[in-house]
Amino acid sequence: MSGLVLDHEPVSGIPHGKLAMWVFLASEIMFFTGFFASFIVLRNANIDLFTNSAQALNKWLALLNTIVLIGSSLTMALSVLAIEKGNKRNFQLYMTITILCAFTFLIVKYFEYTSKFSHHIYPWTDLFYSYYFLTTGFHGMHVIGGIIPMVWMLMRSFTKKGYHNHVRVEVLGLYWHFVDLVWIFLFPVLYLMFPTSYVPPIH
Amino acid sequence: MSSPVLVSDTHHDVHTDHGHHEHHKQSFITKYIFSTDHKMVAKQFMLSALFFLLIGGALALLLRWQLAYPGEAVPLIGQFLPELIASDGVIQPGLFIQLTTMHASVMIFFVIIPLAVGLFGNLCIPLMIGTDDMALPFINLLSFWLYFLAGIVAAAGFFVQGGAGASGWTGYPPLSAIGGLGQTLWIVAVFLVGFSSILGGMNYVTTVLNKRAPGMKMFDMPLSVWAIFITSVLMVLGTPVLASAVSMLFFDNVLHTSFFMPDNLTVASPYANGMKHSGGGQPILFQHLFWFYSHPAVYIMILPLMGVVSDVLSTFSRKPIYGYKAMIFAIMAIAFLGFIVWGHHMFQSGMNPLLGTTFMLSTIVIAVPSAIKVFNWLGTIWRGSIRYTTANMMALGFIATFIIGGLSGVFMASAPVDIYIHDTYFIVAHIHYVLFGGSLFGIYAGIYYWFPKLFGKMLNEIWGRRHFFWTFIFFNLTFFPMHILGVGGHMRRIHDPNVYDFLKPFQPWNEFITIMAIILGFSQLILFGNIIYTWIWGPKAPKNPWNANTLEWHAPSPPPHGNFLAPVRVYRSPYEFSHPDRADDFHPQWLAPGEVEIEETTTVSETQNTH
Ligand code: HEM
Ligand SMILES: [Cu+2]
Repeated sequence: MSGLVLDHEPVSGIPHGKLAMWVFLASEIMFFTGFFASFIVLRNANIDLFTNSAQALNKWLALLNTIVLIGSSLTMALSVLAIEKGNKRNFQLYMTITILCAFTFLIVKYFEYTSKFSHHIYPWTDLFYSYYFLTTGFHGMHVIGGIIPMVWMLMRSFTKKGYHNHVRVEVLGLYWHFVDLVWIFLFPVLYLMFPTSYVPPIH
Repeated sequence: MSSPVLVSDTHHDVHTDHGHHEHHKQSFITKYIFSTDHKMVAKQFMLSALFFLLIGGALALLLRWQLAYPGEAVPLIGQFLPELIASDGVIQPGLFIQLTTMHASVMIFFVIIPLAVGLFGNLCIPLMIGTDDMALPFINLLSFWLYFLAGIVAAAGFFVQGGAGASGWTGYPPLSAIGGLGQTLWIVAVFLVGFSSILGGMNYVTTVLNKRAPGMKMFDMPLSVWAIFITSVLMVLGTPVLASAVSMLFFDNVLHTSFFMPDNLTVASPYANGMKHSGGGQPILFQHLFWFYSHPAVYIMILPLMGVVSDVLSTFSRKPIYGYKAMIFAIMAIAFLGFIVWGHHMFQSGMNPLLGTTFMLSTIVIAVPSAIKVFNWLGTIWRGSIRYTTANMMALGFIATFIIGGLSGVFMASAPVDIYIHDTYFIVAHIHYVLFGGSLFGIYAGIYYWFPKLFGKMLNEIWGRRHFFWTFIFFNLTFFPMHILGVGGHMRRIHDPNVYDFLKPFQPWNEFITIMAIILGFSQLILFGNIIYTWIWGPKAPKNPWNANTLEWHAPSPPPHGNFLAPVRVYRSPYEFSHPDRADDFHPQWLAPGEVEIEETTTVSETQNTH
């Protein structure tokens, strides 16, 4: 860069990238809030449909995915700690596990989707499934959006120069926890929300 | 706070630095196309948005032609319109609704918002807080190119089968959910431009919080920066809700889901063949989500300009802002209330009367902070020594028209009144008083004010003033009569008023409005001519042509890469004009306490400027 570089410390004390990520996550929360709010409205209007269709989802696979994703949040946090301490080995180890978990999540989702398609269940089949594919689809895209920088950082860490930008890893960690959090909301909302005592009204 | 790192200290160094880099770095592409420099991004936003302004204006004139002379071929260009949409140059109903849709969408998403936040956000923030660039320069570049891509996608609609989006700029389903490819492109474009807004907003918030020059507290920031900062918060929190709404709409449109498709809907549309919608959704749900964003969006379109106008008025009245903090709190109040009034667009859609009343009251309450701002502007110019520069006239025009638009807003906020005038030309009048008379005048004020800084050339003041007078007069002649049409029940978005007997008496009005609109449209060419002329032949701008106080006038015109020649420190508030005990009538923010002449004689300012 030519010219003057006024590179003083961030006034708020929070690095630019981290602050921006918090702002971005606020935005993401509003994005998913739009979906959840519509879910509340449409579910209330179609309570039978939503309760019935939800039964056909595989909650055990979803539970597995929940565990995998929470686990990946943990390893992500550990890899942040590792790079802050300059521990390259552990950083690579935990980052690899995180990436593997993320892929596991996607693979399980892939099997869930294809099993739905093989039963002729598509996004347009009914409102519940429209929701299911919409929200899990957007969530899945967020997972992919997390994997890309993770793989990039991991590969960089194997080069001669190594990877030392711990702020970036931390910022990615923030994002990853958010992706995890969205799933923690989606899981009960999609898979578990039918009261066991609920008896559909007789028409 | 820590001290800035000084890389290149003197003017001389900066030059050698430039020369050094020209060899391998600043290629045409990185300098002009994919530049991360905030000034270049600001220029890109300005030029592309002004280009879209021309397109949006042309669309408006086409639809005005049809309203004034229904069934008559469009003169001159009519024969070039594709046969499918305009047979023998006569605008068909299908094209007409595309015109209204695309006119509004282009103006809102591709002209006003990009100018208000894209241009002024990029131009003002780093310069006015005394820093070298945005916090995230690459995100900044991305934000512009997403916007540009979205513009291309939206415009592509005109060239696909069936034409562009045709559900109004509000894109209400079910119509928008069953539209053809053009409608799909519209949805994608809105999503992309929304993403661009979010990235921009995120960047502005971060920059303001993190990169202020040493000594500059939040309450030392000029009102432009404050306004853009608060607007950015609106963008970050509001736009994603629109994104989720159009995502669902995209599903409905492309995958035939039914988020917004009611039960038992039978559609006579060419695109509905083999429609698989299962039903069970709620069209009004979309309206709620849409307005949850789009009401804040109208403030996204006005708040930055309120800031700009404040700065312009203060500078050219040679007086401090009256009630600086009150102005800021008023902006905050407007932004906050903006999130809880969206229902006033939906009185007619059907809602619980109790809820309607709530929305009505919250909407009326917005008039209070709006009025605070207006009174403070009046307080600012009150007994000032007003300079009638073009920028200042535009700012004064802003106040005048904003008052009319604000008052019609309060009038419509009353649910019983609105149920009658909803979807009539009264609303069209309101929109244009706040968006053309308000936002666009504010934008013009900002362009005339900062053009010297951004491009280093002085725009022509004589032609500037002519631009103002033509615009102001013909703006009012075009849009004021629309109030009358609206109260008379003239619906908006209709192709041919003459098919309704009760609208026939209004035909002369429609004709009058169209003629005025054509003159108004062509008067805008003065601005374009002025910009092009100035760019090539205009006189060079001094560093601080308006004797203003804020930091951007401390940088050279145009500022070099990195903006300032030396690190900036802020010593005072942004509006120290005409201080009674001091010799000079203005005291810029960068002036150290020891450099201020107390009473009488000598000039401090110029010696300061040459540094
Ligand atoms: C005092 C402040 C304001 C109040 C009380 C107000 C009130 C209203 C109301 C009640 C409506 C709905 C009318 C209807 O559709 O029946 C409306 C529409 C509208 N307002 Fe305002 N408004 C205010 C300021 C503004 C500002 C500052 C802007 C933009 C810069 C704006 C832009 C619009 C637009 C674009 C619409 C029409 C949306 C459509 O296409 O249906 N308003 N306003
Ligand atoms: Cu509104």
